[in-house]
Amino acid sequence: MIQLLRRFLRPYGRALIVIVLLLFLQAVGNLYLPTLNADIINNGVVTGNIRNIIVTGAIMLAVTLLLGICSIIAVYFSARTAMQFGRDVRASMFTKVQSFSLHEVNEFGTPSLITRNTNDVQQVQMLVLMGLTMMVLAPLTAIGGIFLAVRLNLQLSALLLIIIPLMAIVIGSLMVKAVPLFRSMQVKIDRINEVLRENLAGIRVIRAFVRTQHEEARFEVANDDLTDTSLRVARLFALMLPALMLIMNASSVAIVWFGGHLINNGDMQIGDLTAFLQYIVQILFAVMMAVMMFVMVPRAAASAERIQQILETNPSIADTASADLDTDSETARTGPGTGRIEFRDVEFRYPGAQDPVLERISFTLEPGQTTAIVGGTGSGKTTLVNLIPRLYDVSDGSILLDGIDLRDQRQAQVWQEMALVPQKSFLFSGTVRSNILFGDADASDEQIWDALRVAQAEPFVTKLADQLDSTVDQGGANLSGGQRQRLSIARALVRRAPILILDDSFSALDYATDARLRSALARESRNRTVVIVAQRVSSILDADKIIVLDEGLIVGIGTHSELMDTCPTYQEIVNSQLSADGAA
Amino acid sequence: MSAATTSSGASNPRRPQGMFGGGGPGAVGMGLPPEKPRNFKATLRRLGRRLRPERWIISVVLILGITSVFFAVIGPKLLGNATNIIFEGIVGKQLPANMTQAQAEAYLRANGQSQQADLLSGMTVTPGAGVDFTALGQVIALVAVVYLLSSIFSWAQNYLMAGVTQRVMFRLREEVDVKLGRLPLKYFDTHARGDVLSRVTNDIDNISTTLQQTLTQMITSVLTVIGVLTMMLLISPLLAIISLLTVPLSFAVTMFIAKRSQREFVGQWKWTGRLNGHVEEMYSGHELVKVFGHQEQAMADFAEANDKMYESSFKAQFISGIIQPAMAFIANINYVLIAVIGGLWVANGTMSLGDVQAFIQYSRQFTMPITQIASITNLLQSGLASAERVFELLDEPEQVPETATPQILDLRRGHITFEDVSFRYEPDKPLIDDLTLDVRPGESIAIVGPTGAGKTTLVNLLMRFYEIDGGRITFDGIDIRDLTRDNLRRSFGMVLQDTWLFKGTIRENIAYGAIDPSEAQIIQAATAAHVDRLVRTLPDGYDTILGTDAANISTGEQQLLTIARAFLADPAVLILDEATSSVDTRTEVLIQKAMAELRKGRTSFVIAHRLSTIRDADTILVMDSGNIIETGTHDELIAAGGFYYNLYNSQFLASFDEDADIPVG
Repeated sequence: MIQLLRRFLRPYGRALIVIVLLLFLQAVGNLYLPTLNADIINNGVVTGNIRNIIVTGAIMLAVTLLLGICSIIAVYFSARTAMQFGRDVRASMFTKVQSFSLHEVNEFGTPSLITRNTNDVQQVQMLVLMGLTMMVLAPLTAIGGIFLAVRLNLQLSALLLIIIPLMAIVIGSLMVKAVPLFRSMQVKIDRINEVLRENLAGIRVIRAFVRTQHEEARFEVANDDLTDTSLRVARLFALMLPALMLIMNASSVAIVWFGGHLINNGDMQIGDLTAFLQYIVQILFAVMMAVMMFVMVPRAAASAERIQQILETNPSIADTASADLDTDSETARTGPGTGRIEFRDVEFRYPGAQDPVLERISFTLEPGQTTAIVGGTGSGKTTLVNLIPRLYDVSDGSILLDGIDLRDQRQAQVWQEMALVPQKSFLFSGTVRSNILFGDADASDEQIWDALRVAQAEPFVTKLADQLDSTVDQGGANLSGGQRQRLSIARALVRRAPILILDDSFSALDYATDARLRSALARESRNRTVVIVAQRVSSILDADKIIVLDEGLIVGIGTHSELMDTCPTYQEIVNSQLSADGAA
Repeated sequence: MSAATTSSGASNPRRPQGMFGGGGPGAVGMGLPPEKPRNFKATLRRLGRRLRPERWIISVVLILGITSVFFAVIGPKLLGNATNIIFEGIVGKQLPANMTQAQAEAYLRANGQSQQADLLSGMTVTPGAGVDFTALGQVIALVAVVYLLSSIFSWAQNYLMAGVTQRVMFRLREEVDVKLGRLPLKYFDTHARGDVLSRVTNDIDNISTTLQQTLTQMITSVLTVIGVLTMMLLISPLLAIISLLTVPLSFAVTMFIAKRSQREFVGQWKWTGRLNGHVEEMYSGHELVKVFGHQEQAMADFAEANDKMYESSFKAQFISGIIQPAMAFIANINYVLIAVIGGLWVANGTMSLGDVQAFIQYSRQFTMPITQIASITNLLQSGLASAERVFELLDEPEQVPETATPQILDLRRGHITFEDVSFRYEPDKPLIDDLTLDVRPGESIAIVGPTGAGKTTLVNLLMRFYEIDGGRITFDGIDIRDLTRDNLRRSFGMVLQDTWLFKGTIRENIAYGAIDPSEAQIIQAATAAHVDRLVRTLPDGYDTILGTDAANISTGEQQLLTIARAFLADPAVLILDEATSSVDTRTEVLIQKAMAELRKGRTSFVIAHRLSTIRDADTILVMDSGNIIETGTHDELIAAGGFYYNLYNSQFLASFDEDADIPVG
């Protein structure tokens, strides 16, 4: 965590100094007031010097005013610095995650990434804020208070040697026990909420499988557990405040007793007694604050570590130095590529998995051709298609784009050649127009309508009240599955990229729309390389080449009629569908 | 004094909840307007009733509280008396021993030291004597005892209250969970899941926090304020009034600042939501952002929201951060006034030094509970609002109770009949009317038809998820209402389109419907569902823990797991609800083969869209608008040339109208 703080707070060094200075003044001011009060008593009340009382009173008012101003300015700077810190960390994290490949995203998991960029930063930011206020003020007050107390009367200050450590130990030990318990309690609350969430989501299944009692028992266990822990936490906290008040009060008592003796012997003045009592209160409160604050550190430290993990992870897929060659180099391509993709003996396996997902994959995708990839669930189709835009790197073998290995090219350049329609059609919140423009920010409205037309989305978009300006909710939730798919396709089409990748993009469409779309697409894509992954054989009957995958291996390449003659897997697939009877 | 105290020791520092219920990105700080309960008194009374079982302990707690506060409040006064003894002692020491106090006073006045004389007049001094340590010792001892008792009672109070709170919450949670089990499915279908979830999680957590913090604190704070105020008035009415003035002043200042900061907090919430939403979208659509070259734009959008969020949160923190210094300022002014005025009064004999000291302590003791009361009231409001929502849930009507004399299905042959069955979800929307159907054991029935035709409804009624309005359904000749629901449901095996897999191992998920299956049986079921190989490609195999949304395996694979689960449960009647639509047709064929095995001698209902499934059924029920419009085998229906024939020819998969596709889940 120290690294994180040091790195991101360094640019604000000057503000930090100002804050410390102001807080120092604040501590001094707070401690000076009792001193002045002692003065009133010693030199005003006892001596009968009324003027002294008034004058000292005026000084006290001035100090109070100064105190107020200092603290407000300190709040200004600490709020600003802490929030700046938060902003900077968030920005760094976001930039970092943008550079991640799918490997890293899957390693951490998207929800975790989101939490780290939001919640965790929040935690650390709050700690910084507290640090710039309380955590500096408390030690300063404590030290200043001790100093003044000693200066006032050395003998009485000896009491501090007992009181302060006692206070620190009491709070410290309570906290040390409480914090892990508290964290455990949070975990248990999460657990119970999770059980409830699952129960609600699967209520039908639970009742259908007659598992209601089992679930109730599961809940009861979690409930018992939580109650037990919560009780222990609450009982521990029950002790804290009374114990602290006792120490504080006992200190006051001791001070009056011993102070009385000292005053009687003339070693101390009566006014000093009042001052001393107030110093003690301030010191002890400061110690209490300091210990409590430092207890919040571990939680923020955990968040800071999670943030550091992200910041220190280097993406596994990055442009290598050789890929940044200038365009004069021999190996670099000039201008838009032709769009030929070649797989040479490609193998892919997820790190740590027992079996590879793809093995010995070799084929070529030619420009102007439509290639289809078919196979059962888990045969590796989507993985294969994800390798083309280099969302993952191959474990063995190579993939070449226009004759050059993907890994030797700049990612940005590779992507310019491609348009992807992923399996799960994902739309962004905004409008229909903004979503289509995602594919090409410079597209004109006419071009957008063209794309929508080919994607068979024109009819429904025209019917929408605001047409292109119609709102799209997060994830496209306000549209049906078929509409989302068609918009995703339009988004890819408007890009006019040489390579078009369609991963099971027709699944939510009925046969009629599917057919119309494919013919419109065929007309559009005469010079394009098109790759279609499909479940429905009727979608791919007219493909120039069909690649059949089974359990990660290619079991057939050819046209539909060739494969019907030679490939048993393909025959099975086709026969299971109904095109035998009806027209495609 | 700028000592910022935390609220009472029994506080429960919760993880801050965001406004996106269910533990979303937590936002910090005050500023969110508290929810207000609709019926404060009624809810308070009802919540109070839940405390009834604990009333004896609560009475003890109350007594402890009162005594504790009493002791805490008289402490400073007593300590002040001790200081007076010391002061009187040293003043006395300075005076010649042979005089009385009155003589000393007169002597001073005669010497032009009228000020000193005034000072003396307010005290009880024995000239010549020093500090009376016997008296001092007695007072000190008394104070020590008083403080000790105060702390002990306070601790005892908190300790007991902790138990009360936890027990009440335990019972409440349990009640809610049991209630969930008794609510009819209709409730879950008609209420947004997020809302129900929020009630049973967030709202309950909120009630817990409220109980823990308000119960003890409220009593203690109110009593402390009363006690301290009394003491202050007893010592000096004028100073007391000055101190009292700080209350409305502080209040006014706080309100003023809070209102200003509220605007900024609203802005902070807005931009936080915007920023988090942006982050979520960009991360969820990560591959799209990359491949479409959108990264720069994403970062630009992020920077804009980030900067705006920074600005509003900075302002919000700053403005609200002024409250504390402002409060401290007011308190300090108060302190100065007391010190000066008190000093003057001690000098002219109207007040004792010890009393001034006590007063200073009292004014500090005064402000803390007042701020606590303010925050407690807020918390109470919010807590009661939550309690209201939870009580609403507990008041919901439960499902029809089981019949008192149930029959038992043991030889489950799977003969199901529908006799003149009518049902509708809403009274004005007719669905199923006078449905009569006879399904013999071992038959497979395919149910087809457009969405909303009543297909899932049929299942809802078979499983008694919903009760029929008219007619009856029998299972092996017994009206299903004469059976217990558990008995009835154990005879069915369901595979739904909406897969439900919980956070456990794959093994546990498959074994869910069966009673103590062996490893071999589990693997057998998995193999039959063609998911065995897939599981083995995962790093942990059968021990892989599925995430709460089972996000680490694909939808198709999830469905295969649920199919394996149904295999293992080995039911008498199978219900497949569009189960195989997310699985490619090739794998589906293999599953169908295995299922045909399973279906031998078992009745099965298949709601499917794949005509391949339908083609092999014994009977096809074609439904539209809740009515069965055609029945027969595939060949018969094709020959009839009606509704089914048209359906078949268009090879529809989801629906007729291309723009009315079934929304993807």
